[in-house]
Order: sequence, then C-alpha cells, then structure tokens
Amino acid sequence: MTVSGVFSPSCFSTSRYPLLDPPVKAGTGFPSPAQDFAEKSLDLNDLLVYNPVATYCVRVQGDSMTGAGIHDRDILMVDCSLEARSGDVVVAVLDGEMLVKRLRVNGAHVTLLAENPHCRAVEVGEGQDFWIWGVVTHVIHSL
Amino acid sequence: MSSIRYEEEQTAPTGQPVIALVDCNNFYASCERAFNPKLMGKPVVILSNNDGCIIARSDEAKALGIAMGEPFFKVRHLLHRHGVRYFSSNYPLYADMSHRVAAVLQRFTPEVEVYSIDESFLDLSGVPGGDINAHARAMRRTVYQWTRIPVSIGIATSKTLAKLANKIAKKSLELEGVFDFRTVEEPEPFLSDIDAGDLWGVGQRTATWLRRQGIWNVWQLRNADRALIHRKMGIVGLRLLDELHGVSCLPLDSLPGSRKAVAFTRSFSTPIEKLSDLKQAVATFAARVGEKLRSQNSLAQYLTVYVKNDQWREETKKYSGAVTAQLPVATAITAELIHHALRSVEQLYRHGYHYKKAGVFASGLIPGGSYQQNLFDELERESLCALTNTMDDINTRMGAGTLYYAAQGVDPWWKMKQKFRTPSYTTKWDEIAVVKAV
Repeated sequence: MTVSGVFSPSCFSTSRYPLLDPPVKAGTGFPSPAQDFAEKSLDLNDLLVYNPVATYCVRVQGDSMTGAGIHDRDILMVDCSLEARSGDVVVAVLDGEMLVKRLRVNGAHVTLLAENPHCRAVEVGEGQDFWIWGVVTHVIHSL
Repeated sequence: MSSIRYEEEQTAPTGQPVIALVDCNNFYASCERAFNPKLMGKPVVILSNNDGCIIARSDEAKALGIAMGEPFFKVRHLLHRHGVRYFSSNYPLYADMSHRVAAVLQRFTPEVEVYSIDESFLDLSGVPGGDINAHARAMRRTVYQWTRIPVSIGIATSKTLAKLANKIAKKSLELEGVFDFRTVEEPEPFLSDIDAGDLWGVGQRTATWLRRQGIWNVWQLRNADRALIHRKMGIVGLRLLDELHGVSCLPLDSLPGSRKAVAFTRSFSTPIEKLSDLKQAVATFAARVGEKLRSQNSLAQYLTVYVKNDQWREETKKYSGAVTAQLPVATAITAELIHHALRSVEQLYRHGYHYKKAGVFASGLIPGGSYQQNLFDELERESLCALTNTMDDINTRMGAGTLYYAAQGVDPWWKMKQKFRTPSYTTKWDEIAVVKAV
C-alpha cells in the first residue's frame, strides 16, 4: 500500500492574525541575536491531535468516569483511527447511545466499566448492538 | 476516419490506467448518522435550503417511496406516518466530513480528483503488487472507521466505466461495496441493465433523441454508429463511446480550483420588495463570492448580478434581469465586489416587484497574483488585501459571518429557514456531540 501522507487537512487550524500589520521601516539597528533560532509558538494541535482526519471532540454529560479524570462538561479528544484495546477509555455505541466507558475485553466477553463507585459495569450481551466509535486520547478539563 | 487527439495518459505497465470512483452512500444522511447512531437503519431525509424539498434520502426512506425533490409540505404527513426523521441541510457539517473523506483517500494515493462533495476519482495505476481490489477494500474500511461514512468504489480503465462500476457496486450486498469492471468478461448483461439516460454526460434531451434512434441502454449506445453519435453529440459523444470501450479520454484533474466562474445564488424564504433589503442580500452574496474566489486563489474580471421576481403571484409580470460589470482591476477583495454589486443592483431594481431570487456571479477568472497594476487604480489594494485576509481568518476560526460588512445587514429577516438543523458537530464548540458518562 502506498501511504503518501501528502495531504492532511488541519481540521483545527490555528492562525495568528496581525491586525493591520504596519510595514516595517528600515533602519531599526542591529538584527536580533535570536532571529536564527526563533521557533513557532506552542500549538495545541501538535500536543493533542495525532490524526486530525479521524479526530473528533465530544462533550461529556455525567460523572460515571470521574475516577479516570473525566468529569461532567469536559471535552474529550477521540481518535477513531486507533484500534481499541482492553483497558482503553473509549466512546462506545450501545443500542444507539454514545457512551464513554473503560473497555475490558476478555476473549469473547466485552464489559464496559465505569470509573465511579456509584456506577455499575455493563456486560455487553450477545445480541446487543455494540460497536466502538473511537478511542479517547485526551480530556480537556476547565477549572 | 476522424482525427481525435487524446492527452497523454499515465499508464500502468499493462498500458491502461486504473481509475476508481469512490462515492459516499447517501452522503448527507450518513453525515447525520455519524454523530447520531440512533439514526442508523432508520429512514432519514434531508431538506433543501429553506426546508423546501427533499434533497437526500437514506435507503430506508427510498424504500418507502419518497422521491428525490419532493416538496416537504407535500410529504410531511407521510414522513410522520412512517416515523421518517427529517433534518434541514447542515452544510458546515457536510463540508467538513467531505474534506475528511477526501483526506483519507489521499493517504492511499496522491492522485485524487475531488469531483463533488461526495465523489472522488482516484488513479490507482501505481498500486504496488497490483492488488487493486484489496487496496479498494482497505480504503473502504478505513474511510468507514475514521469517519463512519460508507462508500462504494467502482474500478475500471476509464472514468465513465468507473462511474458505471460504482453504480453496480451498490446493487448487491454481496459485492461489499466494491466492483472492478476490468474483471468483466461479458459486459453486455451489465451495460444493458443501465439506461442510456442514466449515463454520466447524457442529458434528458440527448436521452430522448437516443431513444428515437432505438438506443435505450448503455450497451446499445456503446455499439452505436460512431458517425451518428458524432453528428448529434460531437466530439464529446465520441469520447463517451471510447470511454465505454475502456479507453480513458478524461484525465484526472487533481489540481483543485481551476474553475471558470464562481457564483452564489439563493432564493428568499419571503420575497423582497424594498431596494434596501435587496442590497443587503446582494452585498452578502458578493461577500461569499469573494470568500470562494480567495479560497481558490482566483481574481475576477467580471461581476454579474442577477435578480428574478416571484413568478407565482398573479398580479405581477415575470421579471428577471442581470447586469454585468467589467471590474477596473481583476480582484477578489470583498469591499470592491460589494461596491460593484450594489451599483449593479441599483440599475436592476424596479419598484413594485417582489424579488424571489438573486445571485452574484464572478467570471473571467485569472489566477491570484497575476493581476496587472492599473495606473488609475484608486484603491489601497495591498492594505485592503491584508484586511480581507484577516477577516477570512477570523471568520474561519469563529464561524462564518462573525465579521461582515455593514452593507450585508445585521440579522437579515430574509435569511433562509432552517427549522430542523442538527448541530454542527465538527465546526462549532458549543455544538459538539455529547457522550454519556452514566
């Protein structure tokens, strides 16, 4: 398979906008010693988004996952290109509902665990409509 | 013997290119399902601008006999009776998902021509090992996993046959969404099953004419007399015949944006009577045309404004008119486009008419950066460009219409109706999908 990786749109583009940049006049003195070493500013995309094409943001409603550091109203970065493994926090679809759970896979047995003593684990039954929407990679929590 | 020249083709070692058409199944409905899994397997329809008529249906809705283009008010009772879910079109969502699908395809091959919002042609000639079918299945799986949009893939040695192969791929579940026309030994049963009128490049009038010549399906068309087809359809017809024989005549255009004209037209949910309201609408349209021009790095030399009155009201006569202005300097600057558009609409406006539709067209496009300086150019062109670019940046980050010219009007009442729109799940922070932690 020829993987070119030529074109990947940045779905979360950051841009710095100089509001009406005034033209730089000549004659400002010595050039800055830092000029050659300037790097681009910190960009959250680099930190949080591995594969923009398959990454989505969702908002959490509820507190069954507080033990994993996920609280009500938090934003989750979900990457749908990752293969979900046992132990991952995932967004799963169960009977049409989008849930955030910790996945446990034991052979053919799939259990969806909560991370809160007040919430039960859910065993996924044989005939149930169940599939993994994506793997949660980061949680954004505002204080 | 006709002398037809074909462009040089990049070909695989076998001498023929391998072209695939990838298209999304029920694209708008699939976008809605991607973020609302409860809609999967259910009948879903999407409504046009102004919630006027049905522009997209899921397979389940098609099975209920709901036709494309049906006016919404006419079928509303039917939709309710069968529990069909309906939504206003959510173009920010569809545009974003379309980009994602195209980006996935571009991971598999750099030769991708994005033909429309839900279709792309791919050149798979360079696939190593030659297992094109496995490649196609991998593409299909990956697109679905990363975006939840199901696609069908047709493979052939020409674009026209690839489109036909794509149609065939959808016909039977066993094909699993992929059909390779190159594997077909006897094309007749496949091609005679398809109406000539359904063929890409054959319009209604041509289809009627073909039927009068006894040509009803694609197989008959493929075998038609070349001179006859040439007389009626010209060189385009001959190319079509060659493409049906598997000879590629339409090269992939993987360079985006080489367009001839850019337009923005809309119908008004309530007809407009006052000149001031019409000017607001036209200014808004001119601004959108400016954005499109800049996004494809084009400059326009001509700007046309078009208006049409409400043809259904008995007391008014039909009126439609257009004014084309030659722009002093080829431009994509919004302020300038608005200025010329407003002057044109002032010439077009007639008192007493109810305007139902208006449009702004930019034509005579040339690539950006190539305009000639006009000695009499009165504008501070460079700083206006910088301002326009800044506005584009802000509008892209914070949502279309965050910044706009006063001429466009504040919260215009004539904006289109969209009563049933779903959230913009991938473009607005306060509209992202919700997952339950229960």
